[in-house]
Amino acid sequence: MTTFKRPDGRKIDETREMEAKVGVIPNADGSAMFRFGDTIAIAAVYGPKEMHPQHQQNPEKGVLRCTYNMLSFSVTERIRPGPSRRSSEISKITEWALSPVVMIDNFPNTVVDVHINIIQANASTRCAGINAAALALAHAGIPMKDLVSSVSIGKLDKQLVVDLIKEEEDWEEGEGATDIPITMTSNGEKLTHIQLDGKISGKQLKEAVELARKATKNIYEIQKKALKESLEKKE
Amino acid sequence: MTEKENERNVVIPGEVIASGDDYLPGEGTEKRNKEIVSLIFGLAEEAGKLIKVIPLSGVYEPRRGNVIIGRVENLTFNGWIINISSSVGGFLSLMEVPRYINKDDLAEVMDIGDMVVAKVWSVKRKGIDLTLKSKGLGKLEDGMIIQINSKKVPRVIGKEGSMVSMIKDETKCNITVGQNGLIWISGDKIEDELLAKDAIMFVAQRSFVHGLTDKVKEWFEDKKGERK
Repeated sequence: MTTFKRPDGRKIDETREMEAKVGVIPNADGSAMFRFGDTIAIAAVYGPKEMHPQHQQNPEKGVLRCTYNMLSFSVTERIRPGPSRRSSEISKITEWALSPVVMIDNFPNTVVDVHINIIQANASTRCAGINAAALALAHAGIPMKDLVSSVSIGKLDKQLVVDLIKEEEDWEEGEGATDIPITMTSNGEKLTHIQLDGKISGKQLKEAVELARKATKNIYEIQKKALKESLEKKE
Repeated sequence: MTEKENERNVVIPGEVIASGDDYLPGEGTEKRNKEIVSLIFGLAEEAGKLIKVIPLSGVYEPRRGNVIIGRVENLTFNGWIINISSSVGGFLSLMEVPRYINKDDLAEVMDIGDMVVAKVWSVKRKGIDLTLKSKGLGKLEDGMIIQINSKKVPRVIGKEGSMVSMIKDETKCNITVGQNGLIWISGDKIEDELLAKDAIMFVAQRSFVHGLTDKVKEWFEDKKGERK
């Protein structure tokens, strides 16, 4: 399968150019930007702070609340601003992807708010959002077991590829496109989130997870660098 | 691992700081299979066997005995609710104010929006109790208040208060540093207050630099040169 060509000429296990930056929103307790090629996500973290509405307070542990939002100008055809079925799903998914590593049990009755905004989109927005959110949480000084890194794996016809773009998501040849966003901890030991949209065999799914393990390691290095460099810059 | 004496390394959550049985996990760290792992983003510091991580960001976590500056948010029949810019609210009881209070008119003593210097009396699950029964505590009447991250307060105070007393001497201002990151500055002239504010912001931005007291001294000299 060496003859497989991706629309933008990348190798099958190559992600787009990535960039991460910490501290992009001065008013937030923690903030970060993460970019996969044309997909840009910014995340802001506020808290731990008192939970409102009060009936959502949990007296046993702190609550993580994520809000994913795609800005109306992020895609070529303007999308209707405001919450949608898609955005509430991704908000919930982001919460689940992050909550295994976030240690906020010692902050009862409080909430940690994570606001993710997609300012420019070309597929893999939830992955960019999760990467940015993990960075922003660390930047906000919230105790975490580990960082998480997220990447989307795709199956185009029968070929597995890393980090899909919009053009690949709409692949129509052969078996069509399957989109599998995967989130992992830094050492690739634990998988905190996996979604599957399309069809794939069990064997290939395992291969996809292996590909994600490799890709998330590179993403982790970029996240690590961003956090460490945010301090050196000021000196 | 590349640890040297007194050297501070930037660490991120999940990063292994040291491995082996010789080390003990301190604040902001956890022991996982013989490895000391950081849980927060900050500076790792070794003190003998103990390894801890000094946080660089995060909200204020109240401790008993802390002097804080808060804003009166509401009045109840037996005290004041004080916002202390933390994850929990503060409560100042009537009994903890050492002066005569007309129970029918609490607003006479402190009204909504007033700033107050108080001490943390006890930390409970749901909120903390404050007291005014100590020296230097009470309602703030004049001056200005600035806010910095609470995790940077130790740097603004300096070793045994060296930093804040230097800023006080240089600017001739009265400064009270609340552990929650609110700082009250009061001087005769507004220029002095602004100079003190700039100095504190200078310190807060460079909270991880070594020999900061000397750098601030230089900064003050530069500022004086500009004025003349």
